[in-house]
Formats: sequence, C-alpha cells, structure tokens
Amino acid sequence: MAKELLKGNHAFAEAAIRAGVEAFYGYPITPSTEFLEHMARRLPELGRAFVQAESEVSAINMVYGAACTGKRVMTASSSPGVSLMMEGISYIAGTEVPAVVVNVMRGGPGLGNIAPSQGDYYQMVKGGGHGDYFPIVLAPASVQESVDYISLAFDLAEKYRSIVHVIVDGNMGQMMEPAELPPMKELPKKAPEWAVRGAKGREPNILTSIYIDPEDEEITNLRLLKRWKEVEKNEVIYDEYEIEDAEVLVIGFGTAGRVASSAIREAREEGIKAGLLRPITLAPFPQKRLIELAKQVKRILVVEMNSGMMLDDIMRIVQGKVPIEFYGRMGGVTPLPDEILDEIRRVAANNDPGADDPRDEWIIRMDKMLTGDK
Amino acid sequence: MVATTEVIYQRPESFTDVHTHYCPGCTHGVAHRLVAEVVDEMGLREKTIGVAPVGCSVFAYRYFKMDFVEAAHGRAPAMATGIKRVLPENTVFTYQGDGDLASIGIAEIMHAAARGENITVIFINNAIYGMTGGQMAPTTLVGMKTTSSPLGRDVELAGYPIRMAEILSNLDGASYIVRRSLHDAANIRKSKKAIRLAFEAQERGLGFSMVELLSSCPTNWKISPQEALEFVAEKMVPVFPLGDYKVSSVLESLKV
Repeated sequence: MAKELLKGNHAFAEAAIRAGVEAFYGYPITPSTEFLEHMARRLPELGRAFVQAESEVSAINMVYGAACTGKRVMTASSSPGVSLMMEGISYIAGTEVPAVVVNVMRGGPGLGNIAPSQGDYYQMVKGGGHGDYFPIVLAPASVQESVDYISLAFDLAEKYRSIVHVIVDGNMGQMMEPAELPPMKELPKKAPEWAVRGAKGREPNILTSIYIDPEDEEITNLRLLKRWKEVEKNEVIYDEYEIEDAEVLVIGFGTAGRVASSAIREAREEGIKAGLLRPITLAPFPQKRLIELAKQVKRILVVEMNSGMMLDDIMRIVQGKVPIEFYGRMGGVTPLPDEILDEIRRVAANNDPGADDPRDEWIIRMDKMLTGDK
Repeated sequence: MVATTEVIYQRPESFTDVHTHYCPGCTHGVAHRLVAEVVDEMGLREKTIGVAPVGCSVFAYRYFKMDFVEAAHGRAPAMATGIKRVLPENTVFTYQGDGDLASIGIAEIMHAAARGENITVIFINNAIYGMTGGQMAPTTLVGMKTTSSPLGRDVELAGYPIRMAEILSNLDGASYIVRRSLHDAANIRKSKKAIRLAFEAQERGLGFSMVELLSSCPTNWKISPQEALEFVAEKMVPVFPLGDYKVSSVLESLKV
C-alpha cells in the first residue's frame, strides 16, 4: 500500500481497525476526539461495536466488559479523561484481561489546556490506578510509528493478558503526515479459553479482580510481578540516532525525542558528538541499553515535555555515573529544535556537573526565560 | 413393593451446589433462585453471562452455574453494555443493589436504559447498604435509622428516597420496567413472572428491561426476619408502589 497524508488520530484509529479491534467505547475529549469520530463512522459499517459512553468512567467499564469476552477492544482519550478511566484500568489489570488505552496527552494538571504535553508520564508509566500492577506503555513519535505500533499493542495485551497504554501527545493526534496503513487483518474465530462467551459444554468462566483472602491476592500480585519480569526481558523497544560515537547522549520520548533528533543533526554539523536514545517502550524502560550508554558517553541531556518525570527513572538507572542535565517545557509547550540545540551546546561545553537535582539549574534558567529574571 | 420417587422441587440447573454467604432472612437467596429458575425454564444457561455488582451480592457468581464477570461498584450496566455489544446473541444480565444502581451507578443505569441496551437488570432494593454494615442508601426511607443516619433519615440533610422504576420508565429505550416484592409467597410468584418477562424482552431484542425487587435486610435493619418481611409490606411498599411502570406491547400479549 502507498503512503497517504493522514491526520494522526484518524490514522491511528484506522490502524486499530485493521489490527482487528472489534469494539471501541469512548467519550469525546480534545485533542483525541477525531479518534472517536473515526470509530463512530467506521465500526458500524464493518458490523463492529461502537458506543459513545456517558462518561470516561462508563467507557472504560464497557472496555472492561468486552475485554472479558476476549475480543480486541480499546478506548482513546486525553489526560483528564484518562484520569477518570483509572478505576476501570485497575480492574482490567486485576482481572488480567487484555485491553488497549490510548492517551493523547494535553497540558495539566486539572483542566489544564488542550495543547500537547507529556505530563502524564507518571500516571501512565507507574500505574495510575490503585493496587499492585504494571502497565505496558508504548510511546510512538510519528503518525507512521503510531500506526505501526497499534497492532503490537494488541499483541502484547493478549500475550501478557495486560493493560497496554499507548501514549502520544496532542501533536501526534492532530498533525498530518504521510503514513502507510497496514492491510485489514482477519478477525479471529476462536475465543481464548478464559473468555466469557456462555458456558456451553464447559464449566463456567468467572472473571473477577476480587481476592477476598489476602493470601490469594498476594499470589495474584506475585503472578503479575513475574509476568512483568517476562515483559521486561522480552519487550523492550527503543530507537537510536547517531549513537555510535556519541559523547552527549540526549534522551527523549515521543515528540520531545523527535524534536531532539533534529537538534542532534544540527549539533553534528557543528562538530558536537551528540546522539539520541528514544525509548519506545517507556514500560518496560530500555534500562540495560541506558546502562551501556552511560559507560560510553560523557554527558546526558534529558528532554521532556513535562517537569522531568522520565528524568527520575534515568537518574535511578544511571546512579550518578554520568552527569545528567535536564531541559523540559511544560504546560502544553512543545520545545523547538533550536532550544534543544542550545541545550546540547551548553551541555557539551559544560564541565561542571552542577547540582544534585538537574532540575534545580533548569528551574533558574526557566525562570529567566519565562519571567525575564524579575 | 417398589417405591417410586417423584421429584417436585430441586436445585435449579443454573445453581452451583454450595451454600450462600447471605444472612438468615435475607431475600437475596430468593431473588437468586428466581433468576436461576427462569434461566433454566428458558434454556438460556449456556449462553448467559451474568454481571455481579459490588455489595452483598458481590459473590453472586459463586452461586450461578454460568459465565460471570464481577463489575466495579455501580458499573455493571456499562460492563454489560460492553459485553452485549460484542456478543449480541448471548443473554446478559446484571444483578445490582440499591447503593450500586441508584447511587454510585446512577449514570450507568440511566444511560444503559436510555440507549435501550438489550440487557436485563435485576435490582434489589432493601433500602440500605448491607455489605458495609448498614449505611443510608439512596432508597432509605424518610426517618429510617441507619449507621450514617443515626437519628433517622432527615430530609433537610439527606433528601428523599429515589424511585428508580418510575424514573427509568420515562426513558424511551426501556421496554420492561416493573417493581415487585419478595415479602411473601404470592409476591414471590409475581416476581418470578416479572423476571421471566424481563428475560423474554431481551430474547426478543426489545431493549432494556429491569425488575426492581423490594427486599429485606434483617441484619442491618436490626429486626427479626419475620419483622423484616412485615417492614417490606407495611413500610416499603407504600413508598415504592408495586406495579408495571412500562411494558412493551409485545410483552403485554405474551403468555408465560
């Protein structure tokens, strides 16, 4: 198939349909609404299920119900909507049924705004819902990557009977760029053996997240943890750019990572040996690779569209072996390549490892930039 | 002489062979049995998927011999929607109490009814939160003492009981909305017939159906089982009148 000029949310939704999604339940919210609109038009004409729910709370519980039938099901929302979905996400995790949740992130906290942000990193990567569970989190950086990874998201959800979050920021949902869609996949005819589809000729299947005896819950928690260890072992995905001889390692995911790659191209032209590590799975994080790179490079610059959330994970992994600096834009502001280029130049020239928390000096620079040093 | 045995009463096929955790005098067991008998009589067991609530009937799936899921508090109609939309040929029902359906889950039940979701809802109204130990429910009667309305439900502070059957019967998507009671044998028989019609509505694709069942909770009402049944008849029925609030014309002519 040829490349077409596609809007992120539309392309992503269509890719999910072609990956075999049989039900979409959602609620409108900017900047993810086109996802729901595309599903509203396409799923009924394919004889698949679409419901515009009365709330995100209801939408995720519809997803939970369909997930229990073993059919491919998903929802897409945006930050405040995903907060509402956290109840159902925890139940889905506790019941060990597969489901995919897309979060087209916007500025926050609270109502915030509708501009692109990565401020939901903690909520998405660390769990967000109550209890002991581990979501798989994919963070594509282009319309094409979003299209490519949605099928994987379903495969991973089913392989590990897990919740899979695909997080993009509003840029990716709203932008148009050329992308190639995959062919339509045939729907599976057989149900997984654990699914509820009526107890015909077999013992009933019961799907629940309740383990009233704490020992049973602990067994479940341990099972989830052991499964997560398998995910960590098998499913790490990342992208690299100009990494072989890199001395300044830039780390960013999604849009921030993509903008950073433009900055790195220019830095290379100036003779600065900069390279990019762009995690595609934020959970499991490319920890092993980062430990290797920490031995190779002289400096690390973390670039995010939040206040340094992935930064905390990177500091934990690097353990002070290489100086780490941080550059973030918040509140729905997307950094420009020139801003990151300036940061790469500064970091490459700076021999002072700085404060314990890389955010401290960044805050001072941000204050100057945003308030004119008043 | 050859002795012959005629079975006149036995455990429904749709029941598992276990004792329930319900308190003595609680009518959950009666309601469960009526659902199981109807499912048996209609031959639906092997295609039925039940949705259990949060509340005293959280473990309902232990007692029904059919596929079951366990919803979050109040979300059973949403979960049932998610299931029914991908499995339209299956029979899907929720079993919910008053806190679940009329308080935390009121949005989910209203919209499931408004959409005309082709599911059946069994609504147990005993005017109290049982599982958490007797707090005020949205259906608690005015003046009724609970642990969270210790001086009696005061309308100045806590308003009035909600009549769900009446409210839902105003929604065009509903096909069968009735209220029955479980306080004596005659009413139990009427309740069973209503549950039958609710499942018939679903099998005929008529849309949302709900049977509200006035039920007793002697433990949290702190009275004897006998007194509890009298309380239903004398105190609850006047506030929650029994009757047919909406019956699709298809069902009116149905003989069951």
